[in-house]
Formats: sequence, structure tokens, C-alpha cells
Amino acid sequence: MVKTKILLSGNEAIAQGAIQAGCSFYAGYPITPQNEIIAYMAKYMPQRGVFIQAESELAAINMVYGASAAGARAMTSSSSPGISLKQEGISYIAGAQLPAVIVNIMRGGPGLGNIAPAQSDYFQATRGGGHGDYRLIVLAPGSVQEAYDLTQTGFDLADKYRIPVMILGDGILGQMMEPVQLSTKKNKANTFKSWALTGCKGRKPNIVKSFFLREGALEEANLKRQRIYEIIRQKEERCEELFCSDAQVVLVAYGTMARIAKSAISQLRGMGKKVGLIRPISLWPFPQKPFNLKNKKVKYLVLEMSYGQMLEDVKLAVGGKRRVEFLGRSGGGVPSEEQIMHKVKQIW
Amino acid sequence: MEKTFKRGPSLYDLPTHYCPGCGHGIAHRLVAEVVDELNIREKTIGIAPVGCAVVAYDYWNFDCSEAAHGRALAVATAIKRVHPQNIVFTYQGDGDLAAIGTNETIHAANRGENLSVVFINNAVYGMTGGQLAPTTLLGQKTSTSIEGRDKKVHGYPLKISEMLALLPGVCYVERVSLESPAEVLKAKRAIKQAFENQINNLGFSLVEILSACPTYWGLSPKESLDWIREVMRKEFPLGRIK
Repeated sequence: MVKTKILLSGNEAIAQGAIQAGCSFYAGYPITPQNEIIAYMAKYMPQRGVFIQAESELAAINMVYGASAAGARAMTSSSSPGISLKQEGISYIAGAQLPAVIVNIMRGGPGLGNIAPAQSDYFQATRGGGHGDYRLIVLAPGSVQEAYDLTQTGFDLADKYRIPVMILGDGILGQMMEPVQLSTKKNKANTFKSWALTGCKGRKPNIVKSFFLREGALEEANLKRQRIYEIIRQKEERCEELFCSDAQVVLVAYGTMARIAKSAISQLRGMGKKVGLIRPISLWPFPQKPFNLKNKKVKYLVLEMSYGQMLEDVKLAVGGKRRVEFLGRSGGGVPSEEQIMHKVKQIW
Repeated sequence: MEKTFKRGPSLYDLPTHYCPGCGHGIAHRLVAEVVDELNIREKTIGIAPVGCAVVAYDYWNFDCSEAAHGRALAVATAIKRVHPQNIVFTYQGDGDLAAIGTNETIHAANRGENLSVVFINNAVYGMTGGQLAPTTLLGQKTSTSIEGRDKKVHGYPLKISEMLALLPGVCYVERVSLESPAEVLKAKRAIKQAFENQINNLGFSLVEILSACPTYWGLSPKESLDWIREVMRKEFPLGRIK
């Protein structure tokens, strides 16, 4: 069989990945820079399931809640200000133990910010984002191919753990085009969900809820959630490591930032500087193992299109045992290869 | 003596948590009776609101989902679109449907979603302690309109049913009351109509039910029913709106 590659933007790849994963419900509201996702879904979802352009982000995420409660693989997408609006629904989805995929193609903030690429929603994504004690699995693709692949992984993880999964990209990743190898794998969309609302024929009624009024009941539910999170921490760390074994300086970056870091590394290596890369792919759970490097003199340089958010997770992972440096820009600013190389030489 | 008072399979045999004289218990029962009479219990999916009726699913014996405050019609839209063969309804109070959820309400109605809505209007926020609701009457005292609702400060009682009736996607709107046994029977007929409309794929149907909240009206249960008849109905006239 001829393996076909097609040219897609990151946004289109996410939409196509969702379709490949058997997503049968999409609701969204337009916002730049992710409009290609909603347009792609408007074109291809009606033949496979339900597409709704909702009246607001609030409605869209609550529609995803309903579709997921009904047993469908459901997704919404937005960008930073819209994701803030969705936090109410995401908290309810987490509370009701529903699977869902939420895409955030980040732009500059706070407030209306701008439409330039950014990574400044890292805290919001990795700390839950809405009210209550919960987490999302957060997957950060670094290429268009990975955007396609991880969206499919996201649906599987969401169903497996009954947890909302966020695909976290930035405006550059969403807009840039690369060839994508399409998958021919059969998806798991038709896995039976005993808890779904389908009508109570032949069984006791199912109730989908996040409300636990009886004394101790909510604590019990939250502890159960924490036990699931512990399993996820053990099993679902995802990371790319490059040249770490002999590195004197290890760059830590995700998404678009990691691509720029890779260019800087190849130049630095050419100059004889032993520089490596840790690229977290799952931002929650944040990869811990790659930070156990034996070289006691190794220095980490965290690179972000934000002002020191992932930096905190790196410091936690390193546990104060190694030096951690930082270079970040925000509001649409992206650290350049030159800035990275300069910083590396500065801290060498 | 023969026992004539019965519950159908859609209503659990439980005492409710509602205050004496509250209309929710009656409205829950009417919904359950309609579901049983139409023989749709096994394919019904109810959406419970946030408000006093938040645990309506504790009383109904069919599939149910909770929705965030005001979002019931967004949740219901998705469930019905995923399962068009199921019967999906929302049960919402005035704060839920006509304040925090106005947007979701208007747009679900305007899309003509094939859903049935049971809208409880008791002119007050019950669960949170009797605050001003969008449907609170002019002059009505609440914990956040201490001197009574003043049109210059709080605006007017919102007639959302009349507003919704203007939308082409809406097929049926009726306002009923739980003030007397005769009106309760009419209310049940209206709820049944709203469910039958959905079975017949006619679009969006809403039944507004004037329902007593003696606790936050500061009246006895009997006085509350009189207040619906003598005061509330002047602002919210009964009958078919569309």
C-alpha cells in the first residue's frame, strides 16, 4: 500500500486527528488563531456526527459535556481568552468524570492580548484551570504530525481515564503547514461506556453529576480522582530527549519553542558546545525521569514563550540539585536562535 | 379502604427535601406521570438544574444529567443531537433559565432544538436564600431588593416565555400554574403536549409553571397559592402563548 502524506496546517491536523480518532461531536466558537479547526469540522463533521457552532464558549464546552455524557467522543477548540471562558465547563467535566478533548491554540494575554503565538496559558492548563481539585492531561505537540497523532492519543487517554485532555499548542503550530502521514489504525471510538446516558432500557438509570452533598462523599470522590491521577503520573509521562547524556547545558522547551531550541542546539554542537534538549510532550503529568541526569554540573536552561511558568515544574523536577536558568519572552515575542545561543554562552 | 394514591415507575417512593408548600414536588410528579403515560421512561434523559431542584434525579427513575447553572439547554442540545431517538428535557428555575442561562436558552430555542423545557417560575432564588430573580414582581421584597423590586433600580420582571414565543424555531409555549387542583391538571396537559411535540419532531417546546415558594415569599402555603392567583398571574397571565 502506498503511504500517502498530505499537507496540513497544525490546526487542520488536529481536526483530522480528531476525525481519525472517531470524534463524533464538535462544538466551538470562532477565535483566532484556531479558526481552521472549526472550519475543518464544519466541513467534515456533519457526515460523521454532529457539528455545532455554539453561541459562546460557555455553550460550546457545556455541549461537549452533554455529548460526552451521551457517550460520544467529543471535542471543542479555542484560543486563550476562549479557554478562560470554558473553565467552568472543564471543571464540571472533570467533576463528572467525563472524557473530552479540549484544544487550546494559545495567543498572547492577559485579557484580549493579541493574536500572536504564546505559551502563557501553561499554568492554567497544567493546574486544572477552573475551580476545584482536578487536573487535565495536557499534551503539547511540537510538529504538525505530532498534532495529528497526539489528538488521537488524547481521545484514547480521555476515555481510558475518564478525564478531560487538553491539546496545548500555540499560534505558530496552529498555522504552519507540514506533510502529515495519515493513520490507517482502527480507532477505539466504539468502546462501550456503561456510564453513558442512553435511556435506562434494561438497566438502572445512569446519573452524570459532579454534585456530592452527603458528608464525606465529595472527599471520597476527590480521593478517587487523586488515585487515578497517581496512575496517570506513573504511566503517561511523555518526553523527547536529545543529546542529554553528554550535555553540559540542557535546554528545556516544549512546542514551537522546542523547534527553535533544536536549531540552536545544532549550531551550538557545531561549535563544539555540548548542549542537549528535554522536550516535555505531556505537560501534565510533567516528565520527572529525564531530569535525573548523572552529570552534577549540568545546567538546565528553560525556554518559554511566557515568563517563567514551566520553569516552576523544572525546578520541582530538579529539586534544587542543579542550576536552572531561564530565558523567556511573552506577548507575541519568541526567543530567537541567537538569543538562545547568547544565553547558553552566558551561563556556560 | 382502597389506596388510590399511586406512583408510576418514573417516580421513586421517597419524601422530597422541598419546603412545605413548595411546587417542585408537584412539578416533579407531573413530569414523571407524563413520562409514564407516554411510555418513554426507558428512553428519557432529564437535565436537572442548579437551584432547589438540583437533585431532581434523586426522585426520577430514568437517566439524568446535572448541568452547570444556566447551561441545561446547551447540555440538552448535545444529548439530543447525539441521541435523536431519545426524549430529552430540561427542568429549570427562573434564575437558571432566565438570568444566568438566558443566552443558552435563547439560542437553543432559536436553533429550534427538538427539546422539551419545564420552566419553574417562583419569582425568587430559592436555594440561595430568596434573592431577586429576573421574574421577581415589581414591589416584591427579597433579600436583595429589601424595599421591594424597583423598576428604576432592578428593571422589570422578565417575560422570557413571551420573548421565546417570537422565535420561529419555537413551536409551543404555554404558561400554567400550580395554584389549584384544576390548574395542576392543566399544567400536566401542557407538559404532556411539550413531550408529545418532541416525539413528533416539532421543535422547541416550553411550559412555564407558576410555582409557590412560601419560604421566601414569607407566606403560608395557602397564602402562597392565593398570591399566585391574585398577584402573580396579573404579571404572568396563564394560557397558551404560542
